[in-house]
Amino acid sequence: YAWDANEEYLFKAMVAFAMRRHSSKSTTQISNVLLCNVTDRVSFWFVVTDSSKNVTTVPGSEVEAAIRMNRNRINNAFLLSDKTLQFLKITSTLSPPVEPSTPVWLIVFGVVLCLIVAGIIFLIVSGIQKHKKKNKESTETENLEEKVEVTLENGIPCEALDLKAGHINGVFAADDDRFTSL
Amino acid sequence: LSATPETPKEDGRPKWDNKFQYILSCIGFAVGLGNVWRFPYLCQIHGGGAFLIPYFIALLFEGIPLLHLELALGQCLRKGSIGAWNTISPYLGGVGVGSWMVSVLVSLYYNTVLTWVMWYFINSFQEPLPWSVCPLNENRTGFNEECYESTAVNYFWYRKTLNITPDIAESGTFQWWLILCLAACWAIVYLCTIRGIETTGKAIYVTAIFPYLVLTIFLIQGLTLPGATEGLTYLFTPNLNTLKNPRVWLDAATQIFFSLSLAFGGLIAFASYNPTKNDCEKDAVTVAIVNSMTSLYASIPVFSVLGFKATTAYWDCLDRNIINIINEFDLPEESIMRQNYTSWISFLNSSYPEKIAGLKLKSCDLQEFLDQSVSGTGLAFIVFTQAIILMPGSQAWAILFFIMLFSLGLSSMFGNIEGVFTPLLELQIIPKSAPKELLSGIICLISFLIALCFTLGSGSYWIDIFDRYAGSVPLLVIAFFEVIGVVYIYKIKRFSEDVEWMTGRKLNLFWQITWRFISPLLLLIVFMAFVTLQMQKPPSYTAWNPKYEDFPMKEEKVYPPWVQAICVLLAALPCVCVPLVALFHLVKRKRRSKEPSLVPPEVSSCQGANS
Repeated sequence: YAWDANEEYLFKAMVAFAMRRHSSKSTTQISNVLLCNVTDRVSFWFVVTDSSKNVTTVPGSEVEAAIRMNRNRINNAFLLSDKTLQFLKITSTLSPPVEPSTPVWLIVFGVVLCLIVAGIIFLIVSGIQKHKKKNKESTETENLEEKVEVTLENGIPCEALDLKAGHINGVFAADDDRFTSL
Repeated sequence: LSATPETPKEDGRPKWDNKFQYILSCIGFAVGLGNVWRFPYLCQIHGGGAFLIPYFIALLFEGIPLLHLELALGQCLRKGSIGAWNTISPYLGGVGVGSWMVSVLVSLYYNTVLTWVMWYFINSFQEPLPWSVCPLNENRTGFNEECYESTAVNYFWYRKTLNITPDIAESGTFQWWLILCLAACWAIVYLCTIRGIETTGKAIYVTAIFPYLVLTIFLIQGLTLPGATEGLTYLFTPNLNTLKNPRVWLDAATQIFFSLSLAFGGLIAFASYNPTKNDCEKDAVTVAIVNSMTSLYASIPVFSVLGFKATTAYWDCLDRNIINIINEFDLPEESIMRQNYTSWISFLNSSYPEKIAGLKLKSCDLQEFLDQSVSGTGLAFIVFTQAIILMPGSQAWAILFFIMLFSLGLSSMFGNIEGVFTPLLELQIIPKSAPKELLSGIICLISFLIALCFTLGSGSYWIDIFDRYAGSVPLLVIAFFEVIGVVYIYKIKRFSEDVEWMTGRKLNLFWQITWRFISPLLLLIVFMAFVTLQMQKPPSYTAWNPKYEDFPMKEEKVYPPWVQAICVLLAALPCVCVPLVALFHLVKRKRRSKEPSLVPPEVSSCQGANS
């Protein structure tokens, strides 16, 4: 927006507002704020006069204190910030950065650590399980070998059984006619 | 029955799932943080594109031959570093012990660097990034003084991360946040190396490939940033005059050597899990070329971002001057822009010279900003983090960047840990019935406890010492003895027969020449030049001292004598193993046989070990 007389009026109003809030004197009028040396750069000097005390200027320290207190409102009135609206010799009190109760990094760290510990536990447990399974498998193969030996050591050796060619049982063979032919 | 859940070969030795895993592990070991933060710096200070000439010469005559030697050795003998060198000759067992020791020392401090990376990573999830704003001082009227005088990025690194002491003799206190991150880092290393190559082989797919993805993303983003082209032209403009300086050749040779992670024993360990009939020659050439290409590829985004940062700093400088001039002369806004700044300055200087002089304008020179070269941790944690703040969406870039650094470092850690783990496993420090997980757990726990020293206030000074002394000179010595040992004690003829048996074709003349003469000679020259350069001035370091008069410049200090003694110890201990073990065996032999014999004991051949 362009800087014109209306903006100057607003500025005077904001300074008067700041003075009223700060010293809680409701006597400061817009006419008490005087601007001088306005340049194209949009920079100027201003003074605040005190109409109650024989048209003297309010001391600079008071004006500074008033502006500092209401800096935020003045900035917002002009849609500017501390950087773009500069008052010479008035340093702004800086607001501290918002700090959450637990630092954020601690939360992230907790997440990362939980994942790692879960991974380690998983790997160790799976290692133990594989180890147990391997042990079990090896004992099973041992049992299998024993079984094979047992069957051989049984009364009738399997091979002996197999050698006998299949005997046809006469009882069943005769009933062949009873079965339906396919 | 062995308790190892890995699928064993006939001799019970674990093996890689596939060839790609092996190559990727070697590449991951070689490609580390140095490729990102040391190579671009060297390129920059040594004449840009001209540096590539000594670099590739060193690669050809030093890097690839030594790499081939180590891979062939490990594959042939199928043992870790200590076992392999003991097999070649008991007199050379010291070479293996030396490698093992260097791997231990480097693992200790390398993981602390990863701790810093992790700390930055977990701090990247905040808005705004904690290194972008200065904290306020007590009465909230201004910023913290130390932060204000240096920069917010410097403050976060030196105070909030390291909490650095002004002198190495002052140890300071333990930084609990670093201890937490260190524990997490060692837990990650344990998680990945818990069963040796069975687990690292799976992890390497992620940690070795992911950095390339991120580098590509940064490449694309970096090239779109303003000022990227300035950075790149600055990096690659060759200045052939620098080649006359022998320092450049020395830096190229040492960079290739350390970049390929030779003489750590890790490569021997990796190769020992290979089947013997494997083309190690092709592997060596592949790994070396990929490593160098990665260095080049990484320097492009790094320099785009550095160019962007320099340009932004230059614009800030100009803008500040412009504001001052406009305020002084009450000119309307936007009358002076960056483009017509110089013409305005000359006009104002001619018309109102006293006023201009009174303003004390800082001279803004883009070249000066580009010349500010940093390497190492300064590049990653100060320069790059500052550049990230300026990019839109800084959190995402910071997270990506630090995960990439972490993966790069982690894949190198695998190699280091493997160089420690495999020899210990073969020496059977723990009983055979105990699971592998126990040994890796013990290694990680002991390393974590020792590395707690690096979390003190003076920790980063100690890491610099370890990096400069334990991770440099001993490696050169060990590599020299490796080549001499294989070529002259094991005999090149026998070795070339072994390699021929493994690769299936006759050993190229190139390898014969480089192994016999060129590489040992180069190593000797590099070693002597390196030591001479170190001896030229008393070892000193730069300390961050807020009370220093030239703060924020770092204060140059000399190491106290007890620290210098430790430096010498660190450099000498692995080297001294080589003659000590040889002497030990010589004495043993002399005691056993009445007359001393100079014939070395029976040397086994790799074909004999496997036929």
